[in-house]
Amino acid sequence: MNVLLDNWRPLVDGLLTTLWITLVGGVGAIVVGVLVTAARVSPVKVLSGLAFCYVQFFMNVPLLALLVLFVFALPEVGLIMPLLTTAIVVIILYEAAYVAEAVRSGINTVSLGQAEAARAIGLTFLQSLRLVVLPQALRSVVQPVGNVMIALAMNTSLAAAVGVVELTAAAQKVNLVSAQPIQVFVGAGIGYMALALAIGLSTGVVERKVAIVR
Amino acid sequence: MNRTPPIPDTAGPSPAMVDVRGINKYFGENHVLRDVNLTVAPSEVVVVLGPSGSGKSTLCRCINRLETIQSGEIYIDGQPLPTEGRALARLRSDVGMVFQSFNLFAHRSVIDNVRMGPIKVRKMAKTEATELAESLLDKVGIADKGNQFPGELSGGQQQRAAIARALAMQPKVLLFDEPTSALDPEMVSEVLDVMNSLVADGMTMVVVTHEMGFARHAADSVAFMDEGQIVEMAPPGEFFDSARSDRARAFLSKVLSH
Repeated sequence: MNVLLDNWRPLVDGLLTTLWITLVGGVGAIVVGVLVTAARVSPVKVLSGLAFCYVQFFMNVPLLALLVLFVFALPEVGLIMPLLTTAIVVIILYEAAYVAEAVRSGINTVSLGQAEAARAIGLTFLQSLRLVVLPQALRSVVQPVGNVMIALAMNTSLAAAVGVVELTAAAQKVNLVSAQPIQVFVGAGIGYMALALAIGLSTGVVERKVAIVR
Repeated sequence: MNRTPPIPDTAGPSPAMVDVRGINKYFGENHVLRDVNLTVAPSEVVVVLGPSGSGKSTLCRCINRLETIQSGEIYIDGQPLPTEGRALARLRSDVGMVFQSFNLFAHRSVIDNVRMGPIKVRKMAKTEATELAESLLDKVGIADKGNQFPGELSGGQQQRAAIARALAMQPKVLLFDEPTSALDPEMVSEVLDVMNSLVADGMTMVVVTHEMGFARHAADSVAFMDEGQIVEMAPPGEFFDSARSDRARAFLSKVLSH
């Protein structure tokens, strides 16, 4: 236990970085994911085609491969961002594909009559999506999107592989010095578990809060 | 009126509120509307009757283009129905629609349902839209339900709220697609009462229904549909007492016998 207390500073810094990636990545993934879904269900063929390709691409390439690609390839073409920013952007783009699929399944639960009623009072396609369809779809996918958020929190550890010092990387560094892998990695693991638990519990609270009266 | 041939292209807009000219509609191979013509004058109430599968609901849904047509023309107050897009949204805002399954927005309170159109489509100020919504909920007899959610209302109350939502757009014409078919029998009359009050107000209405009593007393004319065609169009007295076509007589003998 001592090794954790003796090295609390780098470990807490790592945990905070993990939290930061999870928070910004999660919010970003939800925003991008909803936009991708909106494009996916739009009547404009080009938009829905692009959204389809987006989802297929990011679901079928491993996150680690994307991280390596972005971190080492983007500077080659002149796009230089801080390492942490690059990692967050990649995580947003990647997890957004999963959010988009979850939200699309939610849209399928909204009855066609809701969209028809929206159009019948003169709302445009975007208005009916924004005011009627998406609010109901999102309510029905709180749980699956929460699961994507938990996966996102776990996936932040891959950022360690490209040099971001988050919780896993911090634990590894501490272990290199202290050589006490069990304490260090169990400690880090408990950190991830607590984070997943917090997301899972708040998902349940949000789901009950936004439930539609039926 | 009985199965008039398609009107030639040279005909211009007419003073009718709804003018359906020779429309054809297919669902795949299925020819569900065959050269249908229908004219509804301002303040006229047309009730569309017919056996299920005759195309009456489809006709109703074509009038505000919830269904597309393959040929023919539809004019609302002299304006041709535009294709999908902003122009169509604008035109739809003038054509109210009441659905069989109510289709109130489940995540919004009743008053939000009613004032959404005025605020988002008509760009009315929120206070003004709220006043309008309150007066309409009062008109349909559910003034006390504004802050409740659709799921907390009975079917009859939901349908009356849906009528208030349609009225909030101050439509030129109201379409009713079997408005009482999903209701328990004891709730049918409260919805019909509201519809009768609209008739008294001079609202232009196209009503697809199985309520023969409403057709007889409230309609200016009855359109009888069968197999995708308007077989007969007549004032209700004439239609119910001495229908001309065999198909209409057969239909009436079935629905009026019990």
